[in-house]
Amino acid sequence: METPKTLPRFSATFDPHTLAEIRRAAATGIYDIRGGGTKRALPHFDDLLFLGASVSRYPLEGYREKCATDVWLGTRFAKKPIHLKTPITIAGMSFGALSAQAKEALGRGATIAGTSTTTGDGGMTPEERGQSQTLVYQYLPSRYGMNPDDIRKADAIEVVIGQGAKPGGGGMLLGQKISDRVAAMRTLPMGIDQRSACRHPDWTGPDDLEIKIEELREITDWEKPIYVKVGATRPYYDVALAVKSGADVVVLDGMQGGTAATQDVFIEHVGIPILAAIRPAVQALQDLGMHRKVQLIVSGGIRNGADVAKALALGADAVAIGTAALVALGDNDPHLEAEYQALGTTAGAYDDWHEGRDPAGITTQDPVLAARLDPVAAGRRLANYLAVLTLEAQTIARACGKSHLHNLEPEDLVALTLEAAAMARVPLAGTDWIPGARF
Amino acid sequence: MPAKEQAIMVDLAVTSKRDLNAALHALPTNTNETHWRVANPEGAHALAAGVNAPVTIEIDGHAGYYCAGMNQLATVIVNGNAGVGVAENMMSGRVHVKGDASQAAGATAHGGLLVIDGNASARCGISMKGVDIVVKGSIGPMSAFMAQAGNLVVLGDAGEALGDSLYETRIFVRGAVKSLGADCIEKDLRPEHVEILSQLLTDAGVEGVSPSEFRRYGSARGLYNFHVDNASAY
Repeated sequence: METPKTLPRFSATFDPHTLAEIRRAAATGIYDIRGGGTKRALPHFDDLLFLGASVSRYPLEGYREKCATDVWLGTRFAKKPIHLKTPITIAGMSFGALSAQAKEALGRGATIAGTSTTTGDGGMTPEERGQSQTLVYQYLPSRYGMNPDDIRKADAIEVVIGQGAKPGGGGMLLGQKISDRVAAMRTLPMGIDQRSACRHPDWTGPDDLEIKIEELREITDWEKPIYVKVGATRPYYDVALAVKSGADVVVLDGMQGGTAATQDVFIEHVGIPILAAIRPAVQALQDLGMHRKVQLIVSGGIRNGADVAKALALGADAVAIGTAALVALGDNDPHLEAEYQALGTTAGAYDDWHEGRDPAGITTQDPVLAARLDPVAAGRRLANYLAVLTLEAQTIARACGKSHLHNLEPEDLVALTLEAAAMARVPLAGTDWIPGARF
Repeated sequence: MPAKEQAIMVDLAVTSKRDLNAALHALPTNTNETHWRVANPEGAHALAAGVNAPVTIEIDGHAGYYCAGMNQLATVIVNGNAGVGVAENMMSGRVHVKGDASQAAGATAHGGLLVIDGNASARCGISMKGVDIVVKGSIGPMSAFMAQAGNLVVLGDAGEALGDSLYETRIFVRGAVKSLGADCIEKDLRPEHVEILSQLLTDAGVEGVSPSEFRRYGSARGLYNFHVDNASAY
């Protein structure tokens, strides 16, 4: 009889992915850059459940009784606040990172759904403005393509301080994606790597931000809502300071939020999950008496109507989607598997968006690849997806007896895990225990 | 320009800044109200920001942050000092500060001419994208950081890390440069640069100074595409 042998055993610490990364780093001397958000498992909305109606609460009839979904954004100071039919907005993504066709498709889909879309680093394109009924104009540290004519054309301005994928980091659009048009919009030579600064060039700190927001209001004659976008890091203080600085709307982006191109180490190790950020942000608004007066938009890993409902139940006024919107357009679609294989990856895992070779024609400036995306058909897919998200959120809200999505509340939720209970500040299911509750 | 006595007078001791800016924004490009004088600015922020008409606005005193921000077509004259970000993101027109300017003067500006008679503080011309800036005094550290296009002319000295991570902006300095930033090098002053410089000096009202007194600095273009061997330069 053969002597039993110890089976080969992989280390949990030095797992195959880690070993491959060490070898890749040793061979190349450069960190990994990729697109998208964090890929690690994190406490997320899936760790929460709705309680629904019971003897003590009665539900609303799914196909008969009204469950409203509209949201006003910018009611604090703006003369012309935004009114959206659904609280699911499209997050900022740049022309440059995305093709003009993809930007147009986002505008088309958002417009059909009655929601807003957002520019990104690199300015506003005519396609995007033309197809977006409600367009939020991002005011970024790089100020690429920033000009007052476009500010006047925008429906709101979003001062970007950070994003969830890389709080504290700037951006990089690598040379292979810098076409003539992208280069001209950013006032830089073609083919060079374009760095986007991590700090604004003409202000530092919340006192300066207050003056900057005042300038933007003066330039736009106090008409347009001004958003402040932050990556989720210290949400209580960041939200409080954004309110102090005069924001109409705060956008809070968790570490699941995507990026066009950032170091993997940054994406995976800086910032906090959106689940951990919403309650402190809402707490700050409540402590200042500003909840529902300064609106809160949260983003980072919103995938379905349940996620939307949970974010709203935790106190957000609206959500934003980025990665999910790109998937709805056609990103990482299995029908392109052969082409993803040729790029050394597989459908669902493709994240080398910075290389500009996206077979779906979305994260590219290659005219042949970009032409593959039909903006009308892709916009329709996005509109369908937004409709489903809204219907799903309404389904849950009615089950909880709510006549408006904004009537969802933390008391409708329980958590499946200790971590989620502590982060979302809702009880562990079947208990009345909120771990770590101090507020 | 009409005679000064015909200027529209706005006294910020009695009129709000909001009313001033709203009136300036309402001007059509063919307006007859082409000359404005602003009294008692008292360092107010965002004075004459977002103007888009070929008018002259004189501010008699000190201006706060973002004076003439995003200016288009207008001539804005500050008869005093200007705070942070004067003429930030200017697109066209002319901004003339008779005194000193604080940090980030002309930041990200795409066009037009910014003239500062005195000194400018740190980060003058940061991320400038096509504007021309003439500083008759000296400029502070980290000026022209990541500057993309346009010309920065300094008659005095420049602080440390001039032109760090520079793109295509041309920098001309007459005095001493404390240090150059990453990827910024001295370059030859060729005839085409003398021509540019001569025109800018004339436009800024500088007399008795020869372009040959300046040295030119620009990008070595060594950091235009990321390479690991350059990592220590960042």
